[in-house]
Amino acid sequence: MDGAKNDLLLRVEGLHKRFGGQVVLAGIDLEVRRGNLFTVLGPSGAGKSVFLKCLAGIEPPDAGRITFDGRPLGAEEPAARAEFRRRCSFLFQSNALFDSLTALENVALPLEQTTDLPEREIRARSLEALRQLEIENHGDRYPGQLSGGTQKRLALARAIVTRPELVFFDEPTAGLDPRRRNAVFAMIAQYQRQFGFTALVVTHDVVEALIASDRVALLDQGRICFEGTPEEFSTSAHPVVCDFRDSAAALGSCLAAIRRGEHLQSVDS
Amino acid sequence: MVRVLGRQTLSVISGLGDYALFTGRSFGSAVKSRRLGRRIVRAVYEQGTLCLPVILIVGTFTGLVLGLQGYYVLNRFGSQGLLGALVSLSLVREMAPVLAALMLVGQAGSALAAELGIQRNSEQIVALETMGVSSHAYLVAPRLIAALLVFPVQTALFVAVGLWGGSLSGSLLLGVESGVYWSSVEQAVGSRDVRECFLKAATFGLLTMSICAFYGFNAHRCRGASGARAVSASTTRAVVLSSILVLAADYVITSFLV
Repeated sequence: MDGAKNDLLLRVEGLHKRFGGQVVLAGIDLEVRRGNLFTVLGPSGAGKSVFLKCLAGIEPPDAGRITFDGRPLGAEEPAARAEFRRRCSFLFQSNALFDSLTALENVALPLEQTTDLPEREIRARSLEALRQLEIENHGDRYPGQLSGGTQKRLALARAIVTRPELVFFDEPTAGLDPRRRNAVFAMIAQYQRQFGFTALVVTHDVVEALIASDRVALLDQGRICFEGTPEEFSTSAHPVVCDFRDSAAALGSCLAAIRRGEHLQSVDS
Repeated sequence: MVRVLGRQTLSVISGLGDYALFTGRSFGSAVKSRRLGRRIVRAVYEQGTLCLPVILIVGTFTGLVLGLQGYYVLNRFGSQGLLGALVSLSLVREMAPVLAALMLVGQAGSALAAELGIQRNSEQIVALETMGVSSHAYLVAPRLIAALLVFPVQTALFVAVGLWGGSLSGSLLLGVESGVYWSSVEQAVGSRDVRECFLKAATFGLLTMSICAFYGFNAHRCRGASGARAVSASTTRAVVLSSILVLAADYVITSFLV
């Protein structure tokens, strides 16, 4: 029991966030254990990215409590927040690479700006990160000269070069074709195990998430309506989980109905 | 009507507060910033070397025109010998700091606002913050420090080529003795004029680059526009406001120093 408690890396309690009159997060409770690949699923517009940004400190939550490795992260805890930032990384949906810096400079940036390591050490560690992600031949290129997949790897190299304990992945497979989606999830799972960091991924790609994750949660209407293992998710009878999980089958039924000439009331129904 | 006026006034006051905090935070964060020198050198290159051609060209033509206009005005009173004094005082006291600042706003300021706006749009600024890097220290502070160094140097170069342009039109084309021209320059310009010139240049540099950085950095808050249009609108507002404030600040500084 104590071991399980010590394994807890991130705890979220009653997280609320609203934009104007629109409630985006309506009291989220979640626990992420060290070394897990934890995926938060949810339809587009469910508030997944906002949730991740609240955790990473990009968006301030309206209410709720976030605890990282036993220390609360609040506005009144700047030292804890600084420590949290030092031990975490964030991989953006858009990669957020600096287009005026080369790939090597992009990877070296967090080390240059947050550590007092000598230049030679920074270069060695940056090259090592590029090598680990198998993009060492692209060190002198600018992000704009790289393919989408290579940019994603470069963003991951920048995220892991500081040897973080927790990496946030915001929709890492958005807009990619199925083969690339598989490749990105395989990459996340491979490096998560290789480097031993804890990964918190938000995505709406159910199939890949269920294969790669240790645990999954489903975010719907600002709340976590399911949390468990991928196997539990696959067999859950929760109506929202069934609806989300079986959306492909539902599409098949819709198409079959259209082929039969039946009039559909609405896409949702 | 009163409500709209009140809202506008509050908005202006709030904007001024945001701007003051932004500038203060940028300078404050520079103290703790790592490897700041390298980024200052890069900013000096952007504002200095890259803007040099436009400063030299505009400075030369300003001097040429001043020499030409000055000669015909002074000729009416038989005072062509004072051409050097007219050109030099016009340049040092007013034209060089103002025109150099306007040229630098047009080239370096607009580039800065657009670059920061794009970096805001593509989440590069947020990415810095998630890495624990102060975006003010990394992106803004080097530009402001560089402006304090570059604007006075560019203004001095503007004066130098302007005086040469004045001598070209006055002496070479219109027949004023070269020795008379340069002697008049030497007698007219005092150390107080030079101090005023540098004070204006440094003030304009800080004012314009901080405004351009502020608008670019906050492009996502641009009212009535988003995305690429927000970057374009922010850049335009930054350049227009900077240009107006250069002229307004020039009047204020001159009224205190004269």
